[in-house]
Amino acid sequence: MNKQFFQSDLGTMLLFSVAILTMPVWLDPVGANYPDLLQKFAIFGIFAIGFNILFGLTGYLSFGHAVFLGVGSYTAVWSFKLLSMNVLPAIMFSMIIAGIFAIGIGYLCLRRSGIYFSILTLAFAQMSYNMAYSVLTPITNGETGLQLSSQDPRIVDNAFSDAVVEGLPSTNLFGMEMSGYPGFYFCAVLLIIAFFFSLRIFRSPFGMKLQAIKSNQTRMRYTGFNTRPYLLTAFVISGIYAGLAGSLLAVTDPLAGAERMQWTASGEVVLMTILGGMGTLVGPLLGVGIIKYFENIFSSLNSNRLHEIFSWLPDGLEDFVVTVVSHFVGEGWQLTLGLLFMLVVIFLPGGVMEGIRRTSTVIKNYNAKRSQNKEAVTAAASKESDDGK
Amino acid sequence: MSNDDKKFDELSRRGFLKAGAGVVAAASAPAFFMKDAWAADFRNNPGRSKTVKFGFNVPQSGAYADEGADELRAYKLAVKHINGEGDGGMLNTMKPISLKGDGILGKKLEYVTGDTQTKSDAARASAKRMIEKDGVLMVTGGSSSGVAIAVQSLCQEMGIVFMTGLTHSNDTTGKDKRRYGFRHMFNAHMSGSALGPVLKKEYGTDRQAYHLTADYTWGWTQEESIKNTTEAMGWKTTATVRTPVGAGDFSQYITPVLNSGADVLILNHYGKDMINSLTQAVQFGLRDKNVNGKNFEIIVPLFSRLMAQGAGDAIKGILGSTNWNWSLTDAGTKAFVKSFGQEYGFPPSQAAHTCYVQALQYADACQRAGTFYPPEVIKQLEGHKFDGMGNGPTEYRAEDHQAFKDVLVVRGNENPSSQFDLLKVEQIVPRSQVEYDAKIFGGELGPYVV
Amino acid sequence: MDVFLLQLLNGLDKGAAYALIAFGLTLVFGTLGVVNFAHGALFMLGAFCAVTLQKILTISKKVKDESITFFDAYKETPYLEIWWGDTGAAIIDWVIPISIFLAIPIMLLIGLSMERGLIRHFYKRPHAEQILVTFGLAIVLQELIRAFFGANPIPVSAPEILSGSADIGYILGMGADYLTYPWWRIIYVLFSGAIILSVFAFLQFTTFGMVVRAGMHDRETVGLLGINVQRRFTIVFGMAAVVAGLAGAMYVPILPPDYHMGMDFLVLSFVVVVVGGMGSLGGAVAAGFLLGILQSFSSLNEIKNIIPGIDQIIIYLVAVVIILVRPRGLMGRKGVMED
Repeated sequence: MNKQFFQSDLGTMLLFSVAILTMPVWLDPVGANYPDLLQKFAIFGIFAIGFNILFGLTGYLSFGHAVFLGVGSYTAVWSFKLLSMNVLPAIMFSMIIAGIFAIGIGYLCLRRSGIYFSILTLAFAQMSYNMAYSVLTPITNGETGLQLSSQDPRIVDNAFSDAVVEGLPSTNLFGMEMSGYPGFYFCAVLLIIAFFFSLRIFRSPFGMKLQAIKSNQTRMRYTGFNTRPYLLTAFVISGIYAGLAGSLLAVTDPLAGAERMQWTASGEVVLMTILGGMGTLVGPLLGVGIIKYFENIFSSLNSNRLHEIFSWLPDGLEDFVVTVVSHFVGEGWQLTLGLLFMLVVIFLPGGVMEGIRRTSTVIKNYNAKRSQNKEAVTAAASKESDDGK
Repeated sequence: MSNDDKKFDELSRRGFLKAGAGVVAAASAPAFFMKDAWAADFRNNPGRSKTVKFGFNVPQSGAYADEGADELRAYKLAVKHINGEGDGGMLNTMKPISLKGDGILGKKLEYVTGDTQTKSDAARASAKRMIEKDGVLMVTGGSSSGVAIAVQSLCQEMGIVFMTGLTHSNDTTGKDKRRYGFRHMFNAHMSGSALGPVLKKEYGTDRQAYHLTADYTWGWTQEESIKNTTEAMGWKTTATVRTPVGAGDFSQYITPVLNSGADVLILNHYGKDMINSLTQAVQFGLRDKNVNGKNFEIIVPLFSRLMAQGAGDAIKGILGSTNWNWSLTDAGTKAFVKSFGQEYGFPPSQAAHTCYVQALQYADACQRAGTFYPPEVIKQLEGHKFDGMGNGPTEYRAEDHQAFKDVLVVRGNENPSSQFDLLKVEQIVPRSQVEYDAKIFGGELGPYVV
Repeated sequence: MDVFLLQLLNGLDKGAAYALIAFGLTLVFGTLGVVNFAHGALFMLGAFCAVTLQKILTISKKVKDESITFFDAYKETPYLEIWWGDTGAAIIDWVIPISIFLAIPIMLLIGLSMERGLIRHFYKRPHAEQILVTFGLAIVLQELIRAFFGANPIPVSAPEILSGSADIGYILGMGADYLTYPWWRIIYVLFSGAIILSVFAFLQFTTFGMVVRAGMHDRETVGLLGINVQRRFTIVFGMAAVVAGLAGAMYVPILPPDYHMGMDFLVLSFVVVVVGGMGSLGGAVAAGFLLGILQSFSSLNEIKNIIPGIDQIIIYLVAVVIILVRPRGLMGRKGVMED
């Protein structure tokens, strides 16, 4: 049994790693192969995986998770400013500070459950956002966002080198610059590690306990089981994930803005997770991919581009199609996203993952019918549903 | 794709040396030869490609979506005119001009668009897409100072020129100025200098001013600039109150004004905040009041026609400043309003105008430089003087990349003759009166080569 | 004038808006158990009922401004004024009160069709999926409004006679000019009070209301009694939509509406509902007024000087304190939305 589990995990990890690392190849045909978007996929993937550890396992819906993202970013930029442009200390500090914030906020918010918990987390995030935008400007640089400056002390860097660099230095991992594709591969490796941890958590006794809390907390309490420490641990772990994601945002692009903590940012990760499929391992990543793709690619399709895309149609029809489609892309991209949310949830309860599961079942059934092997069908189907959970 | 670019780099480098050397070497001979062969190997070098691309990064969603849409209209028009289509617009009036109406340096101009959402992160993501994926030469647009500063610093790091859209904060060409960023729009400090004398004439020297200020960097710089100007002419500042962005209902900030003894209210708000706070201030009867024996006045230092439209009757008679208005009668304005009006059926906003000018000026600088190599283009823009583009003689000051030109003091029209006739130009304040020392805001431009 | 009383009035006025939005939300959220992220959009649609009516009433005869040749600029005179003179002008002037009569049927229709077409199928689905579907709907609705009306706010004024200020101080015998407050804001407070009271009365004193209240407590038992709870819930949803719509339509003179105003109020209305306590109509109203008043007073300079930025976070701070001190908000019922 144990061996089987390990094998399947290993298989999943291998498949996942290959899929992530080859993203530049298979995303090229859909126009998503450029460093910034690839980085965003990986970074928000980490954010969503972390969020799913809390939401997917325990059912506690945090509506203020972006606060840890913001804290992570600010910490990382301050680390660049004060200590060194090396990304490792920045990431370490971000995870630590985000973790501390998560302990504080989690300790208070987890005293309540359900909607009361959601609103408490939302309130903390909104307070942080409002303060960062205005009163805390000396720390956060307010609306403009915290940026590097050539006057920054950078104590560690300056202690080891006195070369005068013109302009602003870039973030690096022992000399390797963290912008462009190297930045993506760095984030991708961290995403794979983050995914691996999340996989282990889902399969661990700790993960089982969290799921038990989700299905019936009252019963757990009646058995004399104190749920709070487990919930807090899950909350802090997912806060650290968010801090890591926040620091990577700063690593690939050293700027930290307050709007990263606004409720819309928290809402976005909630939507990503639900859209992809809450409680599944890969679902949140699919949600990230869809939303970020819409935000970056769909929004950039103007009527010129559409004419290029539909140029194979006859002229009159082409104009008609472009006119219709242009309402749904470019400045109408949010309309399409809204429609997509509705369609997915109406037809696929359980998100995109449900759609994939259904499709694969259909294909399997079809294949099975052809080979007339009924026993194989049931085996495959039951295995499939076990895996999915 | 990138392999092709490399190939072209090799070839274009030689071409560039031949063609550009004469022009460029004269300006900066030693520096040029030190950069040597790498000079032509810059990001998104169009090489031998027959086209070049601009990136139009404007708000397409959020509160400034209408302004963004107008900016985009102006950009499309600019592209047409640069490519020699349409009636040519300001190409007929701008002086000096090197553009020939056949694209830029013989290459046809194309464009890509993106949505800033008026959020720094989204704007930078969109700009990065344009630079990394679409290979644009220049990024331009935007409708807020926070976004402008964020994108400007990104462009500096990436080595791509950024021509700002609508941004009014002193910081854009002050504390946060960058070598690769240029601003045509005026700023809060210039608003203050332009409004000062008009306010003195209209409302006298003995006034008590009460500021309501949007609580973020743009609001603060404007509050500071207006306060300095008004205090210099003898006004007293009763209070400066910070209001949260997007407060919606400002009543709790407006009622204290009634009792403060102030007789002037200055609203350092923009966009939706300004529309709401002004509407509500008028609703609370501030303008009908008589304080200290004087009629109570409201001033909105920065406003635009789109905002006037949103504020409706409340804006009538209110003084403020603006970058440009379509009702001006100079040749440049007329040419632009004509081509814009004929294309879209209504007049352009100030955002459209500043964006149009920025796009044309960048294109012209490339033409003058004879290359797309950013440091040379930047050198062409720095200190460049031009005229015939709606604001009289204009100069991109070399020290801070701020354009200096006349500023308009406007008043909300009491009796509009049409649905577009919302602002009346009260006075065209000459450049000399709004000029200031570039050193007062600090900041540094950074290097030419990144 | 008295600063304290003025801020109290401001607080009441804000509270009236918060309470009215939260009231409709809690009808759906606390009683039907649906997390409706499209509630803000309903508020926005109500406001645009007034805008639409204004657009219709001011359909104008356009006289071209001949001095402008590059595009068509018009001096516009509404046909109503041309045909009916002062009567026509008065109708246009009173567009907002009139729009209420338009908003009620339209919002009812929107509410009923939303419940029938969408929400009904989500009663038994997880809250997460309710969030996604209603948020999607909210985006679609606001983008549709933007497609027709643009993104810029659209001004619609209150009737001329009500756009000034009332001298409350004089009326109450405190002397002239002691306390003046805009008429329309006073009307908004009274209006919201009237709406809230009438919905309460409806739920309290009619058989229909009794069944609904019973259904909120125990839907299954009421269903077993042979009563069609489902149909009544549909009507409750319609009522919630009407309340939100009226809150929006009447708010237009205070806040020129734009397509995004629903989202701006969304988060706030959830906070108000939860602070009031899930499943409690009275709680939502009380929380609305409480938060409105606290927000007003925290904006006073005297307080901001001691605690900078307090006015920006007061609502959330109070929410945290209340929820931590009282497990189910002000008046929440046990077991509603707690898991």
